[in-house]
Amino acid sequence: MRKFKEFIIEKLILICGLASIFFVVLIFLFLLKEGLEVFKGITPFKFLFGKSWYPISEPPQLGILPLILGSLLVTVGAAIISIPIGVGCAIYIAEIAPLKIKETLKAGIELLAAIPSVVLGFIGMVTLVPLVKNVFHLPTGLTALSGSIMLAFMAMPTIVSIAEDALYSVPKTYKEGALALGATQWQTIWRVMLPAASSGILAAVMLGIGRVIGETMAVMMITGNAAVIPNSILAPVRTLTATIAAEMGEAVVGAEHYFALFAIGIVLFVISFAINVTADLFLHKRQ
Amino acid sequence: MFNKLLLVLLAVMFSTSAFAAKDNNSIQVKGSDTMVNLGQAWAEKYMEENKGNFVAVTGGGSGTGLSSLISGTCDIAMSSRNIKEKEIGLAKQKGINPNEIKVALDGLAVVVNPGNPISKLTLAQLADIFTGRVTNWKEIGGKDEKIVILSREVNSGTHVYFKEHVLRKNDPNSKEEFAPRALMLSSSQAIADEVAGNPSAIGYYGMGYISKKQKPVFIARDEKSEYEAPSIENVINGKYPISRPLFLYTNGVPVGLVKKFVDFTLSKEGQDIVLVTDFVPVNK
Repeated sequence: MRKFKEFIIEKLILICGLASIFFVVLIFLFLLKEGLEVFKGITPFKFLFGKSWYPISEPPQLGILPLILGSLLVTVGAAIISIPIGVGCAIYIAEIAPLKIKETLKAGIELLAAIPSVVLGFIGMVTLVPLVKNVFHLPTGLTALSGSIMLAFMAMPTIVSIAEDALYSVPKTYKEGALALGATQWQTIWRVMLPAASSGILAAVMLGIGRVIGETMAVMMITGNAAVIPNSILAPVRTLTATIAAEMGEAVVGAEHYFALFAIGIVLFVISFAINVTADLFLHKRQ
Repeated sequence: MFNKLLLVLLAVMFSTSAFAAKDNNSIQVKGSDTMVNLGQAWAEKYMEENKGNFVAVTGGGSGTGLSSLISGTCDIAMSSRNIKEKEIGLAKQKGINPNEIKVALDGLAVVVNPGNPISKLTLAQLADIFTGRVTNWKEIGGKDEKIVILSREVNSGTHVYFKEHVLRKNDPNSKEEFAPRALMLSSSQAIADEVAGNPSAIGYYGMGYISKKQKPVFIARDEKSEYEAPSIENVINGKYPISRPLFLYTNGVPVGLVKKFVDFTLSKEGQDIVLVTDFVPVNK
């Protein structure tokens, strides 16, 4: 009887373990099934590199190049802002800060991660958007830059906590050896700690970027959603995620527009999958 | 142990089915964001007079409402545009027979910031601005500033109406589109806020959203006609050129509670609420 109980529990846990993979596979298959339909009416090349997104016209124009570029521009902007600050913060927490400050900072960063994105978007809309408009003398503050700044806040907690972990797990002997050889604290950090933790820090950056590219609510509220190929970071953009969120409610089930939105889902899935795999490779290299 | 679990599961199942049974005296109304405030006002008054009946009103856009009606998740769809051929086809496939009821009229106001010297435009000028042929206010007699075009998202009946009747001038073969650089905002309120804070912006929405922070532009059909303000009288007498009907859609001819609610919206009382919420009544 005891053995039987063991057996049941073991199998139940196995099912739990497999469930997550099973669901990912199901989601991907569903995306493929719905998304690939769109290529009956439009070639993949025209879909990915078409310059006009007018989904409800007759016939619809379904080119997602402006959307891909919009997503990339916002993501690159957010990365440029959040990586130096995030890594710097991680170094400070892991290497320099006294215990008390360290605990306060860590709690603060966890709190930043807990703010819902719609709240960040709303705060951005009433504070950041007018600021960007006035500082750069733009016709409107709803720009890629506003989105980048707000998303940088969202990527920072991920970057800081994983990079700090990576720095923490560098063997103590490295640091002690460097200091014993007469290196200053900064030399130790720059020449020994950072290179030793580099793969972990890269993984942190990749996961942070993954969070940014999948973010929807905040970008939809503050980037203006104009489906035009952006010529500067101070122009409005429309991202892949915001397009799905804004249009799924209207799309007639079974119409080309509906399938196109799922195809955008595939593009997003592929991008974030690639980012996660890269992050994973870096993490395993460290071990 | 397992028995207990089973009991709990059964209890949950029964209690949910009990909730489902309760739905008999409630109706779901869903759709056009333009009509949400109106629907809400109707529902409140109606529930006050008919204790025990429940009317739940949610927005989401005309398309959202119609697709809910088609998939059977709401009883009445509110729509600020006519149902499309494609949607009728889909509905027929699912055994739903959309029935159209005109309940009110709505004037679409074109608004600019009160600091903008422009106060009147023709329909042709509007089309030029929103399609992006005119990009600077000075080209139509304003300041030397870039025009910031504000539009609703594509799930909005207002977006569709404005495109078909202003940009395309009711021509079904026209290929005119909103300029790609038009900002797509997710609600009428978002447009109102942006216009209030941005001297070079121009946007459009239902008359009900006009406040002191925006300036409604007087509109003329062409250069020879009078420029008219978006007001209730001008919509009723047909002088204001951009007005549209608002509809409720039901599955087949309404019966029971749905009929009771639809009759209420068309009654004197219901149409008074239409007037109070800044729309234009159809029954006088």
